[in-house]
Amino acid sequence: MAFIEAAHLTKIFGPHPKQALARLRAGATKEELLASGGDIVGLYDVSISVERGETFVVMGLSGSGKSTLIRHLNRLVDPTDGTVTIDGVDLMSLSIRELEHYRRERLAMVFQRFGLLPHRTVAENVAYPLEIRGTKRNERRTRALEWIETVGLAGYEDRYPAELSGGMQQRVGLARALCADAEILLMDEAFSALDPLIRSQMQDLLMELQARLHKTIVFITHDLDEALRLGDRIAILRDGALVQLGTPAEILLNPADSYVRAFVKDVNRARVLTVETVMKPPPLRLTDETLEEALAAMQREGARIGYVVGAGGYRGVVTRDALDAAIAGPHGSDIGDIVMDAPSIDAGASLAEALPATLASAYPVAVIDEAGGLAGVLSTERVGEIFTLPMENEEKPGVPAPVPGANAAGK
Amino acid sequence: MFPDIGQPIADAVNAGVRWLVVNYGGAFESFANALLSILVPIEQALRAAPPWLVLLAVGAIAFAASRKIVLAVVLMVLMWLIGGLGLWEQAMQTVAIVLVSVALAILLGIPTGILTARSDIARAILNPLLDLMQTIPSFVYLIPAAMLFGLGKVPAILATIVYATPPLIRLTDLGIREVGKSVMEASRAFGATYRQMLTGVQIPLALPSIMQGINQTIIMALSMVVIASMIGARGIGETVLIGLQRNDAGTGLLGGLAIVILAIVFDRISQSFGQRLQSYRAARG
Repeated sequence: MAFIEAAHLTKIFGPHPKQALARLRAGATKEELLASGGDIVGLYDVSISVERGETFVVMGLSGSGKSTLIRHLNRLVDPTDGTVTIDGVDLMSLSIRELEHYRRERLAMVFQRFGLLPHRTVAENVAYPLEIRGTKRNERRTRALEWIETVGLAGYEDRYPAELSGGMQQRVGLARALCADAEILLMDEAFSALDPLIRSQMQDLLMELQARLHKTIVFITHDLDEALRLGDRIAILRDGALVQLGTPAEILLNPADSYVRAFVKDVNRARVLTVETVMKPPPLRLTDETLEEALAAMQREGARIGYVVGAGGYRGVVTRDALDAAIAGPHGSDIGDIVMDAPSIDAGASLAEALPATLASAYPVAVIDEAGGLAGVLSTERVGEIFTLPMENEEKPGVPAPVPGANAAGK
Repeated sequence: MFPDIGQPIADAVNAGVRWLVVNYGGAFESFANALLSILVPIEQALRAAPPWLVLLAVGAIAFAASRKIVLAVVLMVLMWLIGGLGLWEQAMQTVAIVLVSVALAILLGIPTGILTARSDIARAILNPLLDLMQTIPSFVYLIPAAMLFGLGKVPAILATIVYATPPLIRLTDLGIREVGKSVMEASRAFGATYRQMLTGVQIPLALPSIMQGINQTIIMALSMVVIASMIGARGIGETVLIGLQRNDAGTGLLGGLAIVILAIVFDRISQSFGQRLQSYRAARG
């Protein structure tokens, strides 16, 4: 079972949620419910699961139910139907006391409108979660100051929130959430109210901190670029229903429907996708074969080129011509003697970074993983495919599936 | 053409009050005595203290509340003028009644305001009652109050509380309800209990509004002193009443001036205290 499991969540706002739920199940539309009883469907049958240490992004436009969804995870909103389980604990089974305890110890939240206490200084705001927990004043202050420094606000600890800019206020909000020392971070459109430049700085800060802290983050946004940048996985909501759930690459390359397609249409794929999400397996991998074996393999595969991998990792390429020449020549040479240095690219690089080397090469460029081994190859044709994905007609065959096990893009 | 419902009501009320006096007279009297045991020492202390000490205390409190030396001096001069009007003793009696009334009004009003802010039902029930308390002429409840508690200070205090508490309840309620939803949600999300939200978020953020309520209560309590003097409470109100009874406009005016001065002093002190409480709002945003 995943760390955070929300199963079949339905939330109906209005005077008679239970009847509305029954009618919804019987096939009534949301418009009918609203017209007849004034009930508004916030979420309908949404299930998500978030793994420990993952950054899970919920994306949708306003009214899509994303803020309602995240508020189920700390029961600021109670579901009309469905369950929320965190680390094996069913949140609906908790009493008010237990729920308060749970929120204090396990969850921290960052808000779109910051939610700072205006009558308290920055340090007192950051220390607020500790204060609620009953931590001693001195320790509170010490720990708050550490986090204030971490988010880059040292020197502002005794200012009031109204004295700070929006970006600085949200740094306080982030420091407060981190000061709670909870393993789950809920971020409700945390950066949406900020200017683009500040937003991107805050995203950098969050990614930097996450690389160090390994929190489980549920991040709400209406901005696809932000979702692709931060998310290990992304859930896309529309009108209270889950439209697609997948890695950024899956969503970019295989949009589930026209709604998601419209979203991803304008994304700069070269910047968002990494090489490893689009590379192909190497056509011919050569290790310690003899020249004749290598030639035979090449003929069998119909390849013009082989990628040589030695004990120390990727070494270079051999061409068919070089093989022919070596076999015709004096005996005693092996593959190592005829391997050619060839350009290679890192698996984690973005397509934009890999583009020059790929286009300059006459054959598919080797992709090198972190250990220095051969992970795959990237050809000019493949790059061409990615940039000209048939976006308007989803049934068109040939939409490439992402490489299985490929990691998230944009990290 | 009209059915006579007035007489039965009046009779029933009279019978009820008489029944209370006969059966529970002792209880009302001990309640009155308890109240007096708070009021009398305060009044005696104020009257026994040398006027310069009281003047200094006013100045010190004004300075502590406002951090403005000019205001403190002006308020001291105003208080000194009361002495000049020959009404120092009476003013001290009035101050004692106002202080006790306001203290009791705060003890009753703030918790009630918190209650009505939390519960819409409580608010729906209390709202008409508060309207009634503010509009019904004081004499209507002064008559039974005087019968139950005897003439003098106690019914005066009770009448003052009835009249002066409603604005405090309303402004406490308003202040708490106006605390931003986002702040409350943040507090809840971090696991604050109801009590922690109340003491750490709602009351501090509602304080400017609550202080406004206390200010209103003080001013309304001062405006009750003349009426209170009609049921035998001593003080400046009595001076005004004497002026009225003797057709002596001058004496009446002196009493009126002294009441206005007291009102200004109380108002400035409580206002500037309230303003300092929300100094964080003045910060540029």
